[in-house]
Amino acid sequence: MKTIKIALVGQPNVGKSFLINAMGDVKLKVGNFSGVTVEKKTITFSRDNYNFEVTDLPGSYSLTDYTSEERVTKDFLGASDYDLILNVIDSTNIERNLYLTMELLALDQKIVVALNMQDEAVKEGVHINERQLSKLLGVKCVQTSALEKTGIDELIEAIINTNKQSSQPFHLQYSDVYEEEISKITHFLEDKHYQTNTHLKSIAIKLLREDGETYHHFHDQPIWTELQPLLNKSYQHLYLHYKTKDLDEIFHDEKNALAKGAVTESVKFDTTKAVGLTDKIDAVLTNQFIGLPIFLFLMWGLFQITFEWGSIPMDWIDAFFGMLIDGTKSFLGDTELASVIADGAIAGVGAVVLFLPNIIILFTGIALLESTGYMSRAAFLLDGFFHKFGLHGKSFVPLVSGFGCSVPAYMAARVLKNDRDRLLTLYIIGFMSCGAKLPVYVLIIGAFVAEEHAGNMLFAIYILGALLGVFAAKILKMTVFKGEDEPFVMEMPKYRLPTLKLLYHTVSEKAWMYLKKAGTYILLASILIWFASNYPKHPDMEAQYASNIEQVVADENKVSKLNNELALYNLENSYLGMIGHASEPFFAPLGFDWRMAVALETGLAAKEIVVATMGVLYGLGDEHDEQSASLVDKLKANISLPAAIAFTIFVMIYFPCLAASMVFRREAGGWKHWGYLFVFTTGTAWILAFIAFNIASVIF
Amino acid sequence: MTLNMLKKGQSATIIAIHSEKELKNRFNSFGLIKGSIITVERHTLGGKTMEIRINKTRMALRLSEAETVEISA
Ligand SMILES: Nc1nc2c(ncn2[C@@H]2O[C@H](COP(=O)(O)OP(=O)(O)O)[C@@H](O)[C@H]2O)c(=O)[nH]1
Repeated sequence: MKTIKIALVGQPNVGKSFLINAMGDVKLKVGNFSGVTVEKKTITFSRDNYNFEVTDLPGSYSLTDYTSEERVTKDFLGASDYDLILNVIDSTNIERNLYLTMELLALDQKIVVALNMQDEAVKEGVHINERQLSKLLGVKCVQTSALEKTGIDELIEAIINTNKQSSQPFHLQYSDVYEEEISKITHFLEDKHYQTNTHLKSIAIKLLREDGETYHHFHDQPIWTELQPLLNKSYQHLYLHYKTKDLDEIFHDEKNALAKGAVTESVKFDTTKAVGLTDKIDAVLTNQFIGLPIFLFLMWGLFQITFEWGSIPMDWIDAFFGMLIDGTKSFLGDTELASVIADGAIAGVGAVVLFLPNIIILFTGIALLESTGYMSRAAFLLDGFFHKFGLHGKSFVPLVSGFGCSVPAYMAARVLKNDRDRLLTLYIIGFMSCGAKLPVYVLIIGAFVAEEHAGNMLFAIYILGALLGVFAAKILKMTVFKGEDEPFVMEMPKYRLPTLKLLYHTVSEKAWMYLKKAGTYILLASILIWFASNYPKHPDMEAQYASNIEQVVADENKVSKLNNELALYNLENSYLGMIGHASEPFFAPLGFDWRMAVALETGLAAKEIVVATMGVLYGLGDEHDEQSASLVDKLKANISLPAAIAFTIFVMIYFPCLAASMVFRREAGGWKHWGYLFVFTTGTAWILAFIAFNIASVIF
Repeated sequence: MTLNMLKKGQSATIIAIHSEKELKNRFNSFGLIKGSIITVERHTLGGKTMEIRINKTRMALRLSEAETVEISA
């Protein structure tokens, strides 16, 4: 069987994925384009004795390279590791879609155009004469509806036929002025017997657009000395004629004029069939006054559901892993092997799997927001506020998710298509205190704040974190991410109901990605942390305590006291304890002792562990939670108020947990950013905690 | 006159676009080009962002961006 490699190209939301799925029994493989966090979807299926290998390129309005998605599309098309381009078009908005098609046609590749959403076009009174359009564009155009599965066979046939053809002649005919300059260049190249596989006209257009790569290519050749003056003369002509010195703009003008012309000649609009559902919905949802309250209500609902409903399966997962840990221990006995498997590996992986329900619910919500088209409306409503701090309207989803858990929040930052906007958002997500920090706050507040103020205090901590976050954004924007504002300009797509299948695919992809990647790192790291907190062993101390415990075996209180002492001794003298002691000088200016240092360091694994560690270190055994009255008393006795305040601030800001930081590394695009984030968060946390400690020491 | 001055419900034709390259390219790919007709759909409460329509495309942009678009009323 023969294989046809297809590059699937189209503007966003034209139904590309849908159309491919309608073609048969497809197999989907999701990966990443190398070096960037852009999903690469490869779809394979066979039909009519052919294997089809489709690369679903990210939706792009035109072939530019401002966002990493656009760059991926442009580079892929340029590298031409494919047999033909399948350009999918939204028939209901054909003119704008043809702008992209005109750019593709200038690439000199085999192209088939699918005029998709034909069902909707008919309803909206858009009638396309596909034969006429095919003739005008010089490539086969086929009307399809991915929804009603019409035109699919014809499309496949067109693909197979086009693939068989040797190569399509360059068909587009630009304006006389532009054509004249093109032919000057092509004639020159012909005269020079310039050898190439690409159509000369396509090269000439690239030169007339000052395309960087093409320029580079010619620059190193002898032909350049004669070509350059020729080009300069052409540019001057164009400048004069178009009254602008922007060569890209000139090309776009040409291309858009062609698209307009093609539409005029091949499309009939029946204006009596005005459809205004989207307008009606928008009159409410983006209303100047009620739009924002509606949005806030929807977000509130989403987070309620995520963390309320999510907590139910989370309890099950927690119980399941608890059982697994107990089971492993009783099966393998009280051995080191049992401990590393149960307390290290299983507990660590369990901590990751625990967040799965949150992820699934939150991403179902986000997928709904995105696929219905509401996301753009929300960004529209919020951009004014966020832009003040150098953020983008769409930043709200990841930032608000950050209050639940940073892991899905980092993943949600992908809604931002622009690298700089996305990075900035990623860097400040940690300022939104996640759910796992709650126990720490509750514990500290319980120890130092009167009960009637506890609720307000907790709220204040969250607000303070968020405020610090937006100010940090402002500062980062003015320093590291400075430069021109990225354009906000964004399409408000038509409202659509997504299909269940689409939702399922989007959400399950996210869930798998989370489980696979975070899971492997966490597994390793958990084992490492287990090792650091359990080694080196101190057999003599253990023997001594064992005999001491035997003597008081009748008195349960004494036994547990001795057990705690032993646990404390072991932890203090473990590698982790040593690190804690070693890092004491670093934390001393903040008023922290080695125990608080260790608590913070174990908190790097997961923020929940901070409380558990403090429980052990302040001599209470590890079975304590934030409600424990005696732990509260111990803290009060051992920690000064200024140190407690500094500690709270440090926890609020410092490095996210292991699972989250691994996801951050992936989303931000490398260890470099992981390192920056570490320095940035730890540095900010230290400085602010230092200031707070010193101010508080003066006041109290 | 520039696009940011246009009121809700009003239409105008684009005469020229004076933005820098990146923004101009974005405008371009949405069909916001010399000669096209735009209609203002609405503004946000804060008055910093607006929604416009060109042919069948609805798009959102900041008023600061709209300022670079010259129109004839
Ligand atoms: N009415 C109609 N809707 C379609 C058609 N093709 C896709 N859609 C819908 O358009 C939306 C976007 O489709 P999708 O394949 O995700 O678009 P992509 O971004 O281009 O991959 C989905 O909600 C589909 O249900 C079609 O031919 N007719």
